[in-house]
Amino acid sequence: MGHNAPQIDNPKGAINALKKALGKNCLNVALANDEISLTIKPDSIVEVMTLLRDEHEYQQLVEIAGVDYPDRSLRFEICYHLLSLTKNHRLRVKISTDEDMPVPTVTNVWPVADWLEREVFDLYGVLFDGHPDLRRILTDYGFKGHPFRKDFPLTGYVEMRYSEEAKRVVYEPVKLAQDFRSFDFMSPWEGADYILPGDEKAPKDVAVKTAKTTDKLSKTGAGKAANIEAAKKSDKAVKKPVKKVAKKATPKKGAKK
Amino acid sequence: MNELPEMITSKNEETVGDIEIQNYTLNFGPQHPAAHGVLRMVMELDGEIVERIDPHVGLLHRGTEKLIEYKTYLQALPYFDRLDYCSPLGMEHSYVLAIEKLLDLDVPKRAQYLRVLFAELTRICNHMLNIGAHVMDVGAMSPNLWVFELREDCLNFFERASGARMHSAYYRPGGVHQDVPLKLLTDISEWCETRLPKLFGDAMSLVIDNRIFKQRNVDIATVSKEDAIAWGFSGPMIRAAGIAWDIRKSQPYDVYADMNFEIPVGTKGDCYDRFMVRVEEVYQSAKIIQQCIRDIPDGPIASDDRKIVPPKRAEMKSSMESLIHHFKLYTEGFHVPAGEVYVATESPKGEFGVYLVADGSNKPYRCKIRPTAFSHLQAMDFMSRGHMLSDATAILGAMDIVFGECDR
Repeated sequence: MGHNAPQIDNPKGAINALKKALGKNCLNVALANDEISLTIKPDSIVEVMTLLRDEHEYQQLVEIAGVDYPDRSLRFEICYHLLSLTKNHRLRVKISTDEDMPVPTVTNVWPVADWLEREVFDLYGVLFDGHPDLRRILTDYGFKGHPFRKDFPLTGYVEMRYSEEAKRVVYEPVKLAQDFRSFDFMSPWEGADYILPGDEKAPKDVAVKTAKTTDKLSKTGAGKAANIEAAKKSDKAVKKPVKKVAKKATPKKGAKK
Repeated sequence: MNELPEMITSKNEETVGDIEIQNYTLNFGPQHPAAHGVLRMVMELDGEIVERIDPHVGLLHRGTEKLIEYKTYLQALPYFDRLDYCSPLGMEHSYVLAIEKLLDLDVPKRAQYLRVLFAELTRICNHMLNIGAHVMDVGAMSPNLWVFELREDCLNFFERASGARMHSAYYRPGGVHQDVPLKLLTDISEWCETRLPKLFGDAMSLVIDNRIFKQRNVDIATVSKEDAIAWGFSGPMIRAAGIAWDIRKSQPYDVYADMNFEIPVGTKGDCYDRFMVRVEEVYQSAKIIQQCIRDIPDGPIASDDRKIVPPKRAEMKSSMESLIHHFKLYTEGFHVPAGEVYVATESPKGEFGVYLVADGSNKPYRCKIRPTAFSHLQAMDFMSRGHMLSDATAILGAMDIVFGECDR
């Protein structure tokens, strides 16, 4: 046992039971970090949630979290976190969608989904089909864009101040006195995903499959003639100091005598 | 005075009952002392009866979750203090546990005890503010001044442990930031034994059986068990509805499993029950603190995994390896293996969860914060319907909402 986070025991056979109950609506079941995640078909969300609530004792919808993965074809992942008060168990249900494909609302299953869905709509721009009141919730009145998308800049596009001339609050494009400082912590030994200055001159398609070793002369890649030369020089280099020491040593001895 | 009888007796004039009054809308907040922060509620009133409430939140939205995506795991920690600024350590607790779950990192026992101790002190600190504000919202002044004395004591204890009164940043992935002196523990223990029960008991004796206080709270905004579940209630809100649900008991974390305490529950689910649940929780928290101080073992206060927990400064002065670790952990930070966890703890206000998605780098890919206030405030509409305008402040006070957390 490592961590000390809230202990939740997954009941035996829970995964199989869920898989069986959901049938073809279930695309994937994963158990990671002691937490069960179900991936289901987006259009079956109301059916699945009602089933989980009424027949599998997941009474509470705790949270709806949006996550943006811009690389995926369906870029947004909506994670519904369910809690069973009677079984003392948590479950995560995931669906994937994009900017255009609306997701059926679960406000009819849980009234609490109202604000939670509004939040996902506000921050990610995911549309919820059948939602009674799909307004922005956290951002400013009249805000444009969906700020938690990965392609939305951290600084935003507009800034706001009170203008003494206009006697009201005015919006202006963001002006930064100093650039936002972002540090690159990727170690060069682990491989950076950018090109260092000067590296663009290097041939690109040199694929190294095995590490080069030079434990044998033939592996240095310098050619036969060079190898012979190299071997000669090193011989001299080794011998010379030995001779010098020997020569110098004798006259010294003589001088002392 | 002479004109009035004439007007009433006049047969051509309409009397009060005949005049049709149209509903009117009223803006409650965002600058209103009873709104507990920047809450704007658009109320539709029929006379003084609330017909509909549309709370407008987000006036304090700072994009914390987005900012966290641009910070290392350790740099993101102080943001949690600033969510629910009335119970900062409760927020940190969920976050550090989420990181530890992803890393599968064990924490020394002493650190776990310290965390539980300060989490419970935070609970008392939070309830002092809420209880005081609640009684002031319904008209009583002096209890608030008394319990604020106790809150001040709590803040002093936080300062002695971490150096900061409110934004402590005391919990760290792998343990806590620094050890506490023995004198602090004995002082907290003495405080729990003498000052807290005396001062708090005195203040509450003015309120609990007070006729005016009961008239303002009993049978106001009754919530059934079914509604509490469907609206995603947690914490004192769900317990007041009669459901004995407490994450500290049902899904124990740190050393809560070894603690002996009881869960107070309400019987009717009205504002008075919610208030009384908090009052009793203060005593239960004091009990947990006493147990922590009694049982706390000696030993390290943070994990000795040097790839996650930086070494002490003193060690750094003599050991090259410590210097390297110190430098790397405070610049690059540690890398968390890819994965996702949802970790929820029992914060003073309810279930405070962190859904952390890691991509293997030194920064969180996504950190979704589950605020307690979102589901509670959303229920404001159905809870207030049919009540008087003046009840809205009592209902809001009994919800215990802080906008740093609600709006993130």
